[in-house]
Amino acid sequence: MSEHSGKVCPQSRPGTEPYWQACKRHEFLIQQCKECGNHQFYPRIICTSCSSRAVNWIPASGRGTVLTWTVVRRAVSNAYAAEVPYVIALIKLQEGPVLMSIVRGCEPESIHAGMTVEVSFEEWSDQVSMPVFVTTSG
Amino acid sequence: MSSLRGKTAIVGMADTKVGKLPHIGATELCVEAAMLALEDAGISKDQVDGLVTCHSMTEPHMYHAEAVAEYMQIFPRYCVTANAGGGTTFSVLQNAAAAIATGICKTIVISMADCLRTGLTRDQAMALQSSTGHPQFEIPYGPTVPAFYALIARAHMEQYGTTPEQMAAVAVNGRNYAAMNPRAQMRDPITIEDVLASRMIADPLHLLDCSLVSDGGAAVVLTSAEQAKDFPTDPVYLLGFGEGHGHEHISQARSLTTSAAVESGRRAFRMAGMGPGDISVAQIYDCFTPVLLIELEDLGFCSKGEAGAFVAAGETALTGSLPMNTNGGLLSYCHPGNPGSMFGLTEAVAQLRGDSGERQVSNAETALVHGQGGIMSSHATVILGQEQVL
Ligand SMILES: [Zn+2]
Repeated sequence: MSEHSGKVCPQSRPGTEPYWQACKRHEFLIQQCKECGNHQFYPRIICTSCSSRAVNWIPASGRGTVLTWTVVRRAVSNAYAAEVPYVIALIKLQEGPVLMSIVRGCEPESIHAGMTVEVSFEEWSDQVSMPVFVTTSG
Repeated sequence: MSSLRGKTAIVGMADTKVGKLPHIGATELCVEAAMLALEDAGISKDQVDGLVTCHSMTEPHMYHAEAVAEYMQIFPRYCVTANAGGGTTFSVLQNAAAAIATGICKTIVISMADCLRTGLTRDQAMALQSSTGHPQFEIPYGPTVPAFYALIARAHMEQYGTTPEQMAAVAVNGRNYAAMNPRAQMRDPITIEDVLASRMIADPLHLLDCSLVSDGGAAVVLTSAEQAKDFPTDPVYLLGFGEGHGHEHISQARSLTTSAAVESGRRAFRMAGMGPGDISVAQIYDCFTPVLLIELEDLGFCSKGEAGAFVAAGETALTGSLPMNTNGGLLSYCHPGNPGSMFGLTEAVAQLRGDSGERQVSNAETALVHGQGGIMSSHATVILGQEQVL
């Protein structure tokens, strides 16, 4: 776990607790509106599409495609310096929502828009399992 | 409520020295900018009844504007701190103009300063600035501010075929003007090749695609159009305001390549009764080179995907159709963080007064100033003009 020490670990809040608890179990959750079917991420108390409060947690496919990316060559702090160069990307999940993540398991030069990726989990501390994305063969 | 068009004017303005200022703190620099602007307007601090500042990262005060008022021993009836920089700078300018137009107060000093260059270590500056990311869903992955903007740059390249050379042309444009500005922090000439050869920070952004880290402050004095005639300076009238707010976190953006500058620009032009073709000179927020390309397109100066070719063809140079960022911009003049947009405003006023020296745009009657903050999140556009375009 030492390679993650010093990183900014997410502090769960009442509204995001179920998400981070699921990550601990290596399950990747997003929300779906019971009224209109809209999928959303990050978690909210209302549906961003129809304003319904009936938003449910659902297990997501954990698969998506790279919308855009960058290769960070100058780390944000010493805790991240060992990982330079690392890939930060915006990923469009199969269900629709877009999120930011790090993409592991590929040469930075090989990453491209439309590349398919899937979720994986890293143990950043006793409390936090961090969802990251890895490239898939198809 | 009637339009704010032409109701208020800038009658005083000043920039402090910019660059590396190790012997002065951010609070003092804010007071220094305010005093210089008052001197320019020919009035004393006791004639001010409104004060607007912005938060400082190096000398934070929970009640920043109040702290500056107390320091100056002025007792305003209108006292506001802008939450951040970028677009919020001109949001508070619009609010200040509304306060004057509705009689809440008569004469407002807007002064903003910070000392990011000497007041923070590099690591502190990186961490503070990247804190604009979402604390749970973005920051843990280690994105830097250049990385956030690189995501936008890459998306624009993918969608429109924008090239690193075209982005580099934005940096060269700023530096060409800075070479004509004796006050600018970076004045050595650069070429497109220099930009492309500079260190890669976050692909596709090189070091010279990124704006400076500076100490500096700037201020303006705002009053009603009626009162403006009593001041010794040529008034510069505020003709149009517009804001647009699309998101806070880039992962939640409606579009990566079209910003809320579309809305802010349209609203400002509508109030001013003008269009892009009526603008003599523009000062457009250039924290990173691709940002400027997207803003040029969204403000209507170019079609989508055309801004790279527009800048590369020299259209934003002093001899081009739209001289832009004539003080050198955030890329080459200075960028002290939250106060950043203010320098575009003071340069626009200088241009409309005919005071920009070697970099003066001939017959400049109208100016557009645009700020953006967050990660292409909040946008605000201001259109200014001389008396004859009122
Ligand atoms: Zn819904």
